[in-house]
Amino acid sequence: MCLAVPGKIMEIYDREGLRMGRLDFGGVMREACLTYVPEARLGDYGIVHVGFVLNLLSEAEAQATLETLRQIVDFDEGQPAAGESA
Amino acid sequence: MKHLDEYRDAHLVRRILEDLKHRVTRPWVIMEICGGQTHSIVRHGLDQLLPQGIELVHGPGCPVCVTALELIDKAQAIAARPEVIFASYGDMLRVPGSGRDLFAVRAAGGDVRVVYSPLDAVRLAQENPGRQVVFFAIGFETTAPANVMSVLQARALGLRNYSVLVSHVCVPPAMHAILGSPHNRVQGFLAAGHVCTVMGYHEYEPIAARYRVPIVVTGFEPLDLVQGIRLTVEQLESGRAEVENAYTRAVTRQGNAAAQQVIGQVFEVCDRNWRGIGRIPASGWRLRREYADFDAELRFEVQALRSEESPLCIAGQILQGLRRPADCAVFGGECTPEHPLGATMVSSEGACAAYYRYGRGA
Repeated sequence: MCLAVPGKIMEIYDREGLRMGRLDFGGVMREACLTYVPEARLGDYGIVHVGFVLNLLSEAEAQATLETLRQIVDFDEGQPAAGESA
Repeated sequence: MKHLDEYRDAHLVRRILEDLKHRVTRPWVIMEICGGQTHSIVRHGLDQLLPQGIELVHGPGCPVCVTALELIDKAQAIAARPEVIFASYGDMLRVPGSGRDLFAVRAAGGDVRVVYSPLDAVRLAQENPGRQVVFFAIGFETTAPANVMSVLQARALGLRNYSVLVSHVCVPPAMHAILGSPHNRVQGFLAAGHVCTVMGYHEYEPIAARYRVPIVVTGFEPLDLVQGIRLTVEQLESGRAEVENAYTRAVTRQGNAAAQQVIGQVFEVCDRNWRGIGRIPASGWRLRREYADFDAELRFEVQALRSEESPLCIAGQILQGLRRPADCAVFGGECTPEHPLGATMVSSEGACAAYYRYGRGA
């Protein structure tokens, strides 16, 4: 139930008083309500649950998290695990 | 897909878990609250890659599983009425009530429809002015912003044929119930990332301090999960009990203030019965009196129902992390996703359904 997926905001419009958007989920387009993210702009990524964008995703934080995780592995590269595939 | 694929790097996942092995000095029991995380963990096999001694137990964060049996029975009674179009998230249709499920109500002529969003249910009310549309508003904090907005939108559109059957529950009171139990085994928590997207994580700080447990806000992809587990283990090993955020791209400490404001406008706190667990004080939300017009429980008088749970099902203990699906005598035999005896075997987030689907059976 609490699954929410990231989508890219491609279009913003009003419908019956609600701010709505068309979002691209890896090629699949769906409508979602933007009423809780008034700061949303075209091209932003939102996290979508049951037709509502709950928050915008922070690109800077996403990069920082990935960087932290890669550093853990780089730090440990003294013992490479041979034969593993991604 | 951006913001998903980067977090599914199998090599990186294995290396981080490998690194974690060197940091674990004794066994730890960690609960992931959210059933969506349970499914992701089992689906990606993370439970089988963890360092020995790290045990993940599965929490109550599955709204389909914990929605009270009497509300399921009430939903069926309302859905069976000829004037009603009963709209629900798809997961609820197969949940067993005392006697049958919503699919059976539909087969018997009830107009039961699956919707993706509560705004779809509002649209059904617009398109069917001669019918009563009832939406089954279940969920945790994640789903509340959508459910309350459907009520506000129905009021704004002047719809008199829309109502909601509310069964909302909240995570922090359930954590208190688990940690306060004399049988508790949980030493650290992965907090549900999308609940925190809405609510932030400041509510968890008093819990971490009071019970001395680390709580790490965690996302749903494999790398998110191993990062959440890693931070929890590091805290446990160093004797810390803090709230940390491993899902910073989606979650801030304060959460979404606009959503919280609207939830508070429409809902108020109430006691709730949790299926399999029992009554937890101040653990859910119901409609405020100002929105009583939209309350399906008031609009449709449902006679007192006698609700009865299957005596074979141990879902309640599974939802509290006390037992595992494979401990159940009827798991995979009398109880399967096709013929579930309890809600944990139904939902796409139920622990039993995850174990069944990904072959972690007895």
